Amino acid sequence: MSNFPFLSVLTVAPLVGALVVAVLPRRRPDLAKQVALGWSLLVLVLSVVMWVSFKTGGDRLQFRESYTWIPQWDARFTFAADGIALVMLMLIAVLVPLVILASWHDAESSKRSVPVYFALLLILESTMIGVFAAADVFLFYVFFEVMLVPMYFLIGSYGGHQRQYAAVKFFLYSLVGGLFMLAAVIGLWVVGGKTFDWQALTQVDISTGTGRWLFLGFFLAFAIKAPFFPFHTWLPDAGGAAPAGAAALLVGVLDKVGTFGILRYCLPLFPEASKWFAPWALALGVIGIIYAALLAVGQNDLKRLVSYTSIAHFGFIGVGIFAFTTQAGTGAVLYMLNHGLATGLLFLVVGMLVARRGSALISDFGGAGKLVPLLAGVLFFAGLASLALPGTAPFVSEFLVLIGTFTVNKPVAVISTLGIILAAAYVLWMVQRTTQGTLNPALTEIEPMRRDLSLREKFVVAPLIALIVLLGFYPKPVTDVINPAVRATMEDVGRTDPAPEVGSVQEAHR
Amino acid sequence: MTELKLPSIDYAALAPILIMLSAALLGVLVEAFVPRRLRHVGQLSLGLLAVLAALVMVILNSDDRLLTAGGAIAVDGPTLFLQGAILVLAAMALLLIGERSVERGGAFVAQAAVTAESADDRRQAESSNGATEVYPLTSFAIGGMLIFVAANDLLTMFIALEVFSLPLYLLCALARRRRLLSQEAAMKYFLLGAYASAFFLFGVALVYGFTSGIPGRPAGVDFATIHAAVAESPASKVLLFAGMALLAIGLLFKAAAAPFHVWTPDVYQGAPTPVTGFMASCTKVAAFGALLRVFHVAFSGAAWDFTPVLGAIAVLTMLVGAVLAVTQTDIKRLLAYSSIANAGYLLVGVLAPSKDGLSGTMFYLVAYGFSVLAAFAVVTLVRDADGEATHLSRWAGLGRRSPFFAAIFTFLLLAFAGIPLTSGFMSKFAVFAPALDAGHAWLVVAGVLTSMVLAFPYLRVVVMMWLSEPGESTPTVTTPGGLTSAALMIGVLATLVLGVIPGPLLDLANGAAEFVR
Repeated sequence: MSNFPFLSVLTVAPLVGALVVAVLPRRRPDLAKQVALGWSLLVLVLSVVMWVSFKTGGDRLQFRESYTWIPQWDARFTFAADGIALVMLMLIAVLVPLVILASWHDAESSKRSVPVYFALLLILESTMIGVFAAADVFLFYVFFEVMLVPMYFLIGSYGGHQRQYAAVKFFLYSLVGGLFMLAAVIGLWVVGGKTFDWQALTQVDISTGTGRWLFLGFFLAFAIKAPFFPFHTWLPDAGGAAPAGAAALLVGVLDKVGTFGILRYCLPLFPEASKWFAPWALALGVIGIIYAALLAVGQNDLKRLVSYTSIAHFGFIGVGIFAFTTQAGTGAVLYMLNHGLATGLLFLVVGMLVARRGSALISDFGGAGKLVPLLAGVLFFAGLASLALPGTAPFVSEFLVLIGTFTVNKPVAVISTLGIILAAAYVLWMVQRTTQGTLNPALTEIEPMRRDLSLREKFVVAPLIALIVLLGFYPKPVTDVINPAVRATMEDVGRTDPAPEVGSVQEAHR
Repeated sequence: MTELKLPSIDYAALAPILIMLSAALLGVLVEAFVPRRLRHVGQLSLGLLAVLAALVMVILNSDDRLLTAGGAIAVDGPTLFLQGAILVLAAMALLLIGERSVERGGAFVAQAAVTAESADDRRQAESSNGATEVYPLTSFAIGGMLIFVAANDLLTMFIALEVFSLPLYLLCALARRRRLLSQEAAMKYFLLGAYASAFFLFGVALVYGFTSGIPGRPAGVDFATIHAAVAESPASKVLLFAGMALLAIGLLFKAAAAPFHVWTPDVYQGAPTPVTGFMASCTKVAAFGALLRVFHVAFSGAAWDFTPVLGAIAVLTMLVGAVLAVTQTDIKRLLAYSSIANAGYLLVGVLAPSKDGLSGTMFYLVAYGFSVLAAFAVVTLVRDADGEATHLSRWAGLGRRSPFFAAIFTFLLLAFAGIPLTSGFMSKFAVFAPALDAGHAWLVVAGVLTSMVLAFPYLRVVVMMWLSEPGESTPTVTTPGGLTSAALMIGVLATLVLGVIPGPLLDLANGAAEFVR
């Protein structure tokens, strides 16, 4: 089974599904939804099979396929996945069916074509899979840019208030980053002996100055995508305006392309530059953790609040990556997965609340837990997962990042810890103002607010809750996959973990 | 008295040019002798047949690498590639020019001599069919362009320049609607074009002066002599630099590079849209074909001297095109500024002194030509009772009214913005990569930065079409006739195919990327 071309099939399959859904008649929106859901479940099944056939002790890049594309530039359709990519592919495969299920009625309120909405979701899935599966820099760039187009239309056509502004801002920010990366991609191609093959490029010696410029080109694109402070301003707008399902994919998966790109491209290709820029990147991460958390505390819009929490979490991921220890790196990658699950859940639940209330403003809620106890409970759980409560999956990753960073850089680790306290503040305060306390009388007059979770919505949240709890107690299946890839990446950078300082401990005992 | 020796002429190699020019002459005869009702069909078929025949001859000649007509014409890889490109794009443009079902009588005025806005004019706008002189004029222009990219000495080049420019001036003035605007555009184009030609001619004279005085070699303006003179002429370099600058002005004017671009928006807006498409694609190919030959063959020895200047012009062109495109409110003017910016990207390719640079530039020309013709084809379709609705505010909500054409136009805009899986991205890569390889990082950075700026106006149109609600005045898209549909489909398919599998065309361009000297 390991010879099966998993990655190319996974990339193409959702695209075919999208074409099928798009040509379904507009008059029968339910058919389009069912086909889209079925198709995404097929992709999930295939991904699970791929996960099972991944050999944890095997090569760094597995499932490699390579086909000729543009021989003149030596650009090829090369797909391959390491442990990090595999985890992200799995996250996509899990999230997309849930998002489709959660968005069942989202498109209807927008007066626009319902099948097109689901076709766009599937196109987005295809490009997201492609971007994580590519092992050719040119191919990666192509997916990186094309990914913008379906998301642009999802936000712009089906989004809420200020959707045009948000869509344009999202597109322009990402395009600016992408064009910087294009210059760097061309530069890499020229100095790398005119090849785009990732494995060949890791062997190339790049001079210090050139390497730093190229690193900067890639890093800018990824920092905008992730987003890191100070390139983050597009995310609250996009996250606030996007329909909840698309927003869940936006922060859950799309933004991970940034951190994934740093791990896959910046670090192995430009190790010297990575070390040189690491203090700056760490600083951006720390600032992001504190600054975004503070802004999140002050938000009155649920979706914007969740967006800001994501920026804070991306700060943690950035710190974990640039600490250059295996622990922190594994923590960062695990964080990418857990954040996708937790924030994905949070966004979907918030979306359910917003859809019922018809407003995303926290001040429009109050005591909603008395009307929809189950929904409020899930919101509370998602909030706790998001603030990394022990027992939920994000705790494991946040803890790994912090201890991994502490061994090499104590100030950064200590300041980052403040982020946990702020996380408690913004999550608990948000939960308190929306679902606890006295009941806002306006809510009782809104008919949908009296309906608790439907069966469909239970199906959406149940798998995510289960995964968050499961990975919170037993993350080993995932860390086993991640660890070798992270260790290899750290070796590319030329950093090994510091040896435990036995002496100092003994001295302390005396 | 010395015996006059006639140069040998390879008629087969010249066949594409001869076919187009004879078709143009034949077209004049058709105008004179064929009854009025048959002229449209006759002229259109004559034009298309000639283009097709010329294309066949280009393909048959594809292995030719020779100089003929006494060294005045070079038939080599770039010539044949660019001639083929001009002919394919011209065929598409002819289809647009020949369309008569979108507007009664076509996009052209019946009698250009009738005073604009008079009673007679209104009458002919209502009922008369468009003039059929446009077909021989177009054929002359195509023939001139074919010579222009093949010219191997400056005088031949000058004559070719005039042969293709004069018909274009006329064609610009023949719009059926908004005739004053059209005539103004033609006048402007003619006056500025005449100046540019004068500059070019003066440049020829100076370069001729520079070539005199090489021992054992008569003065001349053929490229081999100039090439030799750059290396060893005892004459003052001032002659060379001044001559080169004046020649460049003449060529850059046609290529619509800043600061010689000012005619472009007015002319693109005023000219009948099919002619605008013809100019944006074919004229661009011809102008850059000539620029490539002049700077890669004749003046290649002076690359150190002209690269900084042309590089600065390239940056200025990209900047002017991109920044001014942001402020446009008319779709034709927007596309004009985008075409200026694209001239800047093309110049980046011209300045890369390698085979890859040459082939990348040629690839870009073809890819851009297809996209821009298709874009103007869509513009001809969005119309109301007063003709084309080119003001951007009128395009609001077009995606709701006619999702199919809005989707096509969106795709073309994404191609202009350089999003992957469109030819626009591949062509940007094709010119930027050799430029960086040649060490022109600053040009690539400028190209990337201006691409960011340029994405904004394109995106604004997309937002207009899809995300805005249709207004009262949103026009509908006319169902195109067969001719426009064909041109549109060819353009869109080429944009897609070249964006997904550019390999074959790149191969063709690579194989052609060598000049004979």
